[in-house]
Amino acid sequence: MRYQLRFSQYNERSILVEWPSEISNDILQDVLVFKKIIENNYNKQIIEVISAYNSILIVYVLTIDNVNSTFVELKALSEVEHNSKLETSKTFKIPVCYDAEFAVDLQSFSNAKGLSKHEIIKRHTQEFYSVFFVGFLPGFLYLGGLDSSLHLDRKNTPNLNIKKGSVAIGGKQTGIYPQDSPGGWHIIGNSPVELFSPKRNPPCFIKAGDRVKFYSVSVTEYYRIKSDMMSSSFNVETFLNHG
Amino acid sequence: MVKILKAGFYSTIQDNGRFGYSSFGVPVSGAMDQKAYNFANTILGNDKNSAVIEMTMVGAEIQFMVPTLVAITGANMTPKLNGIPIDMNTSIVVRVNDVLSCGIAKNGFRTYIAVKGGFLTDLVLGSRSMLKVVTEPFKLNNGDSIAITESSKLQNIKNAKIRFNDGYLKTNCIKVTKGPEFYKLTHQQQESLLSQSFEVSKYNNRMAYQLLPLFNNNLESILTAPVLPGTVQLTPSGQLIVLMRDCQTTGGYPRVLQLTDHAVNILSQKMSGTQISIHLKI
Repeated sequence: MRYQLRFSQYNERSILVEWPSEISNDILQDVLVFKKIIENNYNKQIIEVISAYNSILIVYVLTIDNVNSTFVELKALSEVEHNSKLETSKTFKIPVCYDAEFAVDLQSFSNAKGLSKHEIIKRHTQEFYSVFFVGFLPGFLYLGGLDSSLHLDRKNTPNLNIKKGSVAIGGKQTGIYPQDSPGGWHIIGNSPVELFSPKRNPPCFIKAGDRVKFYSVSVTEYYRIKSDMMSSSFNVETFLNHG
Repeated sequence: MVKILKAGFYSTIQDNGRFGYSSFGVPVSGAMDQKAYNFANTILGNDKNSAVIEMTMVGAEIQFMVPTLVAITGANMTPKLNGIPIDMNTSIVVRVNDVLSCGIAKNGFRTYIAVKGGFLTDLVLGSRSMLKVVTEPFKLNNGDSIAITESSKLQNIKNAKIRFNDGYLKTNCIKVTKGPEFYKLTHQQQESLLSQSFEVSKYNNRMAYQLLPLFNNNLESILTAPVLPGTVQLTPSGQLIVLMRDCQTTGGYPRVLQLTDHAVNILSQKMSGTQISIHLKI
């Protein structure tokens, strides 16, 4: 690994590995490579490896007898040269409708930032966002790379019911609510794409390490895509960016 | 098949849990009190991961359409078969049309009903554990039917070797280890956190248990990081939140303590108003 890692015991059956406390694409690559190495090496002994911005949690099947020897093993794994390659990162183009029908906070957001709606949409759709991990809710993507001119603190009072598909900005982050949920982010649009479905396997077709780019669609297109997604022959590859 | 005549206060189908989907943000779920859950399956000689009914506070009433064996574990809901009291923690023969009814939980909060071979609801992402957004339905409702296999050998399994120690239902001692952000508390706060008594607030469910009173602190939030059932988060407003089986996979509040696996079982049997004391496991 390119960074100095910190190992600690989390509970009887899990070990926490931490990188420096910052959000960066280099740390993301390190985290994902190490996660893959662990999954490959301990396939049978582990239940789960949970990753986030700068840490991974390794959950073992059995109680860890000797923590120190586990640390030594993991440390050794992190120090050898790895040519273990990550699966190719995919880029998805995700349609978002920024129409007032969905974008309930776009006007107040525009007032707060002193930017026109058109300018906000332009800046929100121009970036390639990195998917750092999926957490919080099933299918909720933690995206990095929001243009700093679009950063805005969360609302003081959260909305009790944010609609599924809502595209929102909270602090330095942007994201899509994969289902109805309470939340304090500013809603600037809605995506017709169903990010999480327990009927699909994998249930979420975007994973950590992938990239996402938004593009603006009209209300008519929004409903067309939404009804297409309902049909059984629908293929998520439609959203892959081949360009 | 069994028919749910009355679902009770909050009843769900649960198994070991849903593993391997945390990278999609899917909670693990599974029986809240894994000790009682495992024992119910052990009594019947079931596979370790057989699905059971988990009942909360007020039990269910179910009718059997096929003969089978049942085992009831966890909190005592004074179970009755056709109106006649039956034992817990042992196998009981049930026949076609028998009605099993459970009342109010007495010495705990959650009770488990296992049947021979387990309840056979659909597997969703490798598990039968019910959870909103993942399974449909996400809890049992009056009138539901659930498939079970018919068990032809109608003999009680007399197994004197296995006895259930239910002492953990009575204890209020919650064993913990230090969480990753414990060291960010001042020395005084650390001591106070480990010596204070807390009360289970009315905000308690399968996702999380909030504790009272508030614990004043000035910790900053962290970069969103992994959490597990048993992780104790501390919010800026001083709320101590113990994450339970249906918790999210990651969180941004400082993780000050971590319950032991068994302490999660103990806490899951506590209802609002119960006093608990936190003890550091050495």
